[in-house]
Amino acid sequence: MRKLGAVAATGVVLLVLALAGWMRAPLPAAQGGATISGKVKFTGAKPTMPKIDMTEEPKCKAKYTAAPPTDEAVVVNANGTLANVFVYVKAGLPEGYKAPAPAGPVTLDQDGCRYHPHVLGILVGQQLAIKNSDGILHNIKAKGTKNRPFNISQPTVMTSDRTFTAPEVMVPLECNVHGWMHAWLGVLPHPFFAVSGSDGSFTIKGLPPGTYTVEAWQEKYGTQTATVTVAGSETKTADFTFAAK
Amino acid sequence: MISALLLLAGAAPFPISHSPFPVQDTTRGKAVYVKWCAGCHGDGGAGDGVAAAHMLPRPRNFTGAIYKIRTTASGQLPTDADLMRAIDEGLPGSAMPAWKGRLSDAERRDVVAYIKTFSSFFADTSQHVAALKFSGEPSGATGATALKTGRQFYDSIGCRKCHGDQGRGDGPSARTLKDDAGFPIFAADLHQSWRFRGGGSAVEIYHRLRTGLDGTPMPSFSDLIDQKFLTDEQLWRLAQYVRSLSPPEPPEVRDVIHAPQIVGPTPVSPDDSTWARVGRYWFPLVGQVVRKGRWFAPAVTGVWVQGVHDGRTLALRVSWDDRTQSPDSAWLPFEQRVLETVAGDDSGPPKAEPWPDQLAVQFPRRLPESPAGMERPYFLMGSETDPVYQWRWTSSPRKSLAGLARGIDRFDTLPGAVAAQASFDHGEWRLVFTRALATPDTANEVQLAAGRAIPVAFFGWDGSSGEHGSRMAVSTWYFLALDRPTPPGVFISPVLAMLVTLGLGLVVVRRAQRRATARAGRQR
Ligand code: HEC
Ligand code: HEC
Repeated sequence: MRKLGAVAATGVVLLVLALAGWMRAPLPAAQGGATISGKVKFTGAKPTMPKIDMTEEPKCKAKYTAAPPTDEAVVVNANGTLANVFVYVKAGLPEGYKAPAPAGPVTLDQDGCRYHPHVLGILVGQQLAIKNSDGILHNIKAKGTKNRPFNISQPTVMTSDRTFTAPEVMVPLECNVHGWMHAWLGVLPHPFFAVSGSDGSFTIKGLPPGTYTVEAWQEKYGTQTATVTVAGSETKTADFTFAAK
Repeated sequence: MISALLLLAGAAPFPISHSPFPVQDTTRGKAVYVKWCAGCHGDGGAGDGVAAAHMLPRPRNFTGAIYKIRTTASGQLPTDADLMRAIDEGLPGSAMPAWKGRLSDAERRDVVAYIKTFSSFFADTSQHVAALKFSGEPSGATGATALKTGRQFYDSIGCRKCHGDQGRGDGPSARTLKDDAGFPIFAADLHQSWRFRGGGSAVEIYHRLRTGLDGTPMPSFSDLIDQKFLTDEQLWRLAQYVRSLSPPEPPEVRDVIHAPQIVGPTPVSPDDSTWARVGRYWFPLVGQVVRKGRWFAPAVTGVWVQGVHDGRTLALRVSWDDRTQSPDSAWLPFEQRVLETVAGDDSGPPKAEPWPDQLAVQFPRRLPESPAGMERPYFLMGSETDPVYQWRWTSSPRKSLAGLARGIDRFDTLPGAVAAQASFDHGEWRLVFTRALATPDTANEVQLAAGRAIPVAFFGWDGSSGEHGSRMAVSTWYFLALDRPTPPGVFISPVLAMLVTLGLGLVVVRRAQRRATARAGRQR
């Protein structure tokens, strides 16, 4: 009998704790089925990106057999669209919306003295796994203003983990040993972001119904926004066009 | 257990506080700040005070709360004690002065509280502000194996990428470096630990390796211990190796260079073995800010000087650290960035050009008649009416000239030359001037005589930092003394006597031994 009482008491305590935890927890991610997708187009003369001289790092240089590496500030795809554009929901989610950070990390690889990917997104609190596949000295420095910075050294094949505490578009990442190495990290409190790929397209899935401000960010050309309303599980298209400068 | 309890008991009477500075007053802190700090750091703390545009490195921008000298992990906020330390000691090698004797304890505490108000990060309680737990320095710092281990990690980590093979800040990445605000930044010269921002001891170097210098390319190496790339002790060895590159004590500035007399001929090469046996003297140089065409960021921070003579000729060796053997076209973009950052008083930044490196040694034309008469020409290259006698060396074309300077802008070559030989090695120039003590042109060329105090001054230019003409580093007048030979009876004979005695003794002992063995052989 006493045993039963103890179990019950424990149960109540646990329940209270769980409730308290639940009440303090951020708003749970609203489950939605809507999708926003589109293409990032480009008009005007395709800029020629400067070649990167990797003579100082033979190990990296050797990885470019077909063509010498070039700067990635603007990457125009074969179909005339833009790659590496960060597209994300800037406004329209409920106030204070905060999705729990996924358990798995986002990986940023240093390979051939370049970052892969060049542009990426992550959730607040999610782990960024910074990998050095080159096995030569890189340092990786994050230069956000809303997040605390960091600057760590990786002289060998290794992975370092870091997290970010505040939404920020974008946190610049760079290597100072190789001045040409830059990457851009969008830190968001929700998973509604995408990066345009090698065909210029992007897809943001799982949106709850609503009216959203969607922003497209390009390293050199700045930002553009669109307003999109989605309901249920429909898919809406939002295309962006950046012009050569 | 008991000692722990005693410790606790001992600690109990003192109030326990999480901040080492319980009473801080931001209102009073503001008054101190406005009076003493705003001129450099700016009214709003953005590092943009009226004097800031001339400085490299720039005064700290407090709004980002990014600090170099911390005891916290990479990217974390500094502790109050860290900020206090920077204010107390200043940041050597930069314009940031030490405030300890100038402001009271309360004033310094209050100003710490005030500069924290410039950034919202300090108010954010979720920010982690905790000093790292540092281990103590292992012994054996200067042992050969310790230094070898240190050097091994200097190589395997790749410090040379920025700091260069010998640590003079001349690595292949050095010319591309920027700080977070985009200003050019020099990889520290590891041979000048007295100019390290956070202090030059092995302990302080170890702390910087653990924490990195936030806002600069200098990373933290703490992750390497966590990842077992090296042990904590090995990181200490690295710090000790870096420490060993600089002299054990910061160089003391002495007024007189003593040039001993040697048995001739005097060395003409900068790498002659004689120099290893001659004392060297350090003279700091500062930017030329007296006259228009001012220069606030001198690259040559000082020169090491040695001298010897043989009664007929003087050899003067000047060596200094310089990242580049100018002109070096690879450094032109860096030079341009330096020129754009350090606003001169001219209109607009000058264009980067492939200037050579230069060095000048300056003397008065004649020594004062009476030893008491110490009036000397104007230190900044004399004047129209009272010129100075100078030796000038340039790296490209490689040549040396002797002549008269009448102010910064006028130099008239004299027919009587000065010989010079220079070598450049891993970020160091070594230059030897040789000239006869006595020359025919007694009116213009200083006559160097033993036993006299000969006024001397130095000027340096680093072409790859855009230095040329009045954009240079200057010293004040010092003295050169050619020492008379020490009479043999006083100095050499006791030593010789000792050697002779020792030598003779050995010979005697050997003979005796040989005779003894021979006798033993015969007896067998
Ligand atoms: C003559 C100009 C000058 C004045 C006056 C001055 N500073 Fe500085 N201060 C600097 C410079 C330059 C730096 C940056 C040095 C560097 O980055 O290496 C700096 C850096 C700092 C730092 C940053 C330390 C770190 O670890 O990053 C603090 C804190 C600071 N100053 C506080 C003060 C306070 C407080 C005062 C007034 C009592 C003051 N400074 C007055 C020039 C000045
Ligand atoms: C990516 C380039 C880079 C690498 C790699 C690097 N450093 Fe530095 N280091 C710098 C720069 C730039 C500074 C100057 C910072 C400043 O002026 O505030 C510096 C400063 C220093 C200082 C002076 C600290 C102070 O208090 O002023 C020391 C000591 C030092 N580095 C040692 C090392 C060692 C040892 C390594 C290798 C384990 C290393 N550095 C690797 C760029 C680098």
